[in-house]
Amino acid sequence: MAVVTTDAMTNAPQTRGNSKMAARDLNLFYGDAQALYNVDLDVVEREVTALIGPSGCGKSTFLRCLNRMNDTIDGVSINGKVTLDDRDIYDKVIDVVQLRARIGMVFQKPNPFPKSIFDNVAYGPRIHGLVNSRDELDEIVMTSLEKAGLLKEVKDRLASPATGLSGGQQQRLCIARAVAVSPEVILMDEPCSALDPIATAKVEELIDELRSNYTIVIVTHSMQQAARVSQRTAFFHLGKLVEVGETDQIFTNPRDERTKGYITGRFG
Amino acid sequence: MTDMASLMEDRAATTDAANLRKPVDWDSADISRSIKKRYAAERRFKTYGLTAIMLALAALVMLGYSIISKGYSAFVQTYVQIEVTFDPAVIDPEGNRDPAVIGRANYDGLIKEALRARFPEVTSRSEKRKLYDIVSSGASYDLRERVLDTPSLIGQTRKVWLISGDDFDMLNKGYISADTNEASRRLDDDQIGWFQALQNGDAIEKRFHTRFFTNGDSREPELAGIWGAAVGSFYTLIVTLLLSFPIGVAAAIYLEEFAPKNRLTQIIEVNINNLAAVPSIVFGLLGLELYLNVMHLPRSAPVVGGLTLALMTLPTIIIAARAAIKAVPPSIRQAALGLGASPVQTVSHHVLPLAMPGILTGTIIGMAQALGETAPLLMIGMVAFIVDIPGSAMDAATVLPVQIYLWADSPERAFVEKTSAAIMVLLAFLILMNGLAVLLRKKFERKW
Repeated sequence: MAVVTTDAMTNAPQTRGNSKMAARDLNLFYGDAQALYNVDLDVVEREVTALIGPSGCGKSTFLRCLNRMNDTIDGVSINGKVTLDDRDIYDKVIDVVQLRARIGMVFQKPNPFPKSIFDNVAYGPRIHGLVNSRDELDEIVMTSLEKAGLLKEVKDRLASPATGLSGGQQQRLCIARAVAVSPEVILMDEPCSALDPIATAKVEELIDELRSNYTIVIVTHSMQQAARVSQRTAFFHLGKLVEVGETDQIFTNPRDERTKGYITGRFG
Repeated sequence: MTDMASLMEDRAATTDAANLRKPVDWDSADISRSIKKRYAAERRFKTYGLTAIMLALAALVMLGYSIISKGYSAFVQTYVQIEVTFDPAVIDPEGNRDPAVIGRANYDGLIKEALRARFPEVTSRSEKRKLYDIVSSGASYDLRERVLDTPSLIGQTRKVWLISGDDFDMLNKGYISADTNEASRRLDDDQIGWFQALQNGDAIEKRFHTRFFTNGDSREPELAGIWGAAVGSFYTLIVTLLLSFPIGVAAAIYLEEFAPKNRLTQIIEVNINNLAAVPSIVFGLLGLELYLNVMHLPRSAPVVGGLTLALMTLPTIIIAARAAIKAVPPSIRQAALGLGASPVQTVSHHVLPLAMPGILTGTIIGMAQALGETAPLLMIGMVAFIVDIPGSAMDAATVLPVQIYLWADSPERAFVEKTSAAIMVLLAFLILMNGLAVLLRKKFERKW
């Protein structure tokens, strides 16, 4: 991991790695109120990008632009461009259902379906027709739970309701559920804010493991968490992207005065 | 930034002001007085609540008592035992046991003959007519059935129990007193004398009144039953349910999950809430105009009643279904949408199943309302006197509450107890339905 980081550090300023997703000049309005101003951000493939900033700064709003979850809210209008593999995801020809299958999401509060553990994980593959047989489905469910580090804890009670799991287990189940669809990007909206420190540590560990296969964007209120799990960090303030760079650089040597103020705890 | 700074200053200022105040003496007289006042207020509030519940309970008990005390006697019926001679000359003059001939015979004559034989002292025409009232005019059908079932009775003389006329039934149940003035009661002294003679000969008996549950309406109280109205109610409710449930749920889903929140949907919402409060007679008039005058559907038919009640039930179901759908946490929708489920999949796989218990509860309550509805049905002709049990939703029929209304309007004393008994049956159905609603809610209650 250390090698990767240094490697990225030396390359980043010039080539920025492989950009998986990118936002260009993105503006978002809730009715008349503007929530995002001219955001330009690249999400690098197989890296964890952390979005930090004070409450109401637009980081969650931005995250939801990346899989068009804002479409479900009335009165939201967007201009600018968001691309996935250089294709505009707001293009009319893009099928939003398919898009959300490619860009999975984990929410702030664990939100398993009130169904069995198995059915929770199997739901995505089922609706997208990713499997042809029950065996295949079993296989996907098992590997997804394994990837989410949950298999050991739940393998004897796959048929019991998911709502009976603890908060941390539920959140890892939600991650397993997202992983089961084989997304390319996973968006996480403060995935640990409802969890205790032990569960948080498990989820952070999991994020680090998932990085080898997935591109991850995580919104977090905890700067320690951003420092621990991410390779790149973007700091948002009042709807503007203030600064983005290597996590080490942001935390040790921020260029912007506001970033410095935030990470040293002077406001926020 | 400046805003934040000024805010901080403000806060500091208020903290200073708070610090300047004297410390509160929690044991002072003022404080203990205010505590006493608070306790008194709480006690008062509790008393108000208890009083309200007691009043409601008392009203309920009174209602129940008045209905049951008036209606319980409708479940039994007086029968008279007389010796009937199954005269072959009357029943089967040709002697070949042809059911068609036996069916056409004059059983009424046999009964009258038997009554005359029992009371040979009755000779004049008008007296005979009074005597015949002891046995119901429906008894001849019973006799006919009996002979058709066992033709071997022909030629024999048997003691048979026959259903009595309603006035004698009332006398037997104590609703007509022999002590009152002869001119002001339905039975004169002779009739009461004959009845007592029968009673002394152990020829009067009260039996469970199955006819009440199996017959349709009748002009004769002792022959009138609620089965016709119950079947009419059943067909009406089926039509109502088949129409209002799918339309109501679809409307609720659309309004809650898909409709844009704009002025138009707001107007629709206000109108739906308004419709729920429109007097039901208005729906009756609408049904009369639309279904009978424009669409020419059959008058008095459950299908029209069902269509009319569906209009009335729709707002109830839509409002209940919307509330149930709204109660499904948004996180479930987000989870499904985030996985790439389409909006329709999200609704059909997650929202609807989770909202279903609430929707069903609302639907059952709406159905219970429809079951008890009278006014709109009067408008579309379901207030008719119908003897036959309806065989389909297209046949003329009446419904339970209208049957109650019809009986309550009838002059015969015996219909008073029928009315109360029918109310009991209707209430039993309502309790059953509401109980089912509670059960459903309990069974499918979910914790998130």
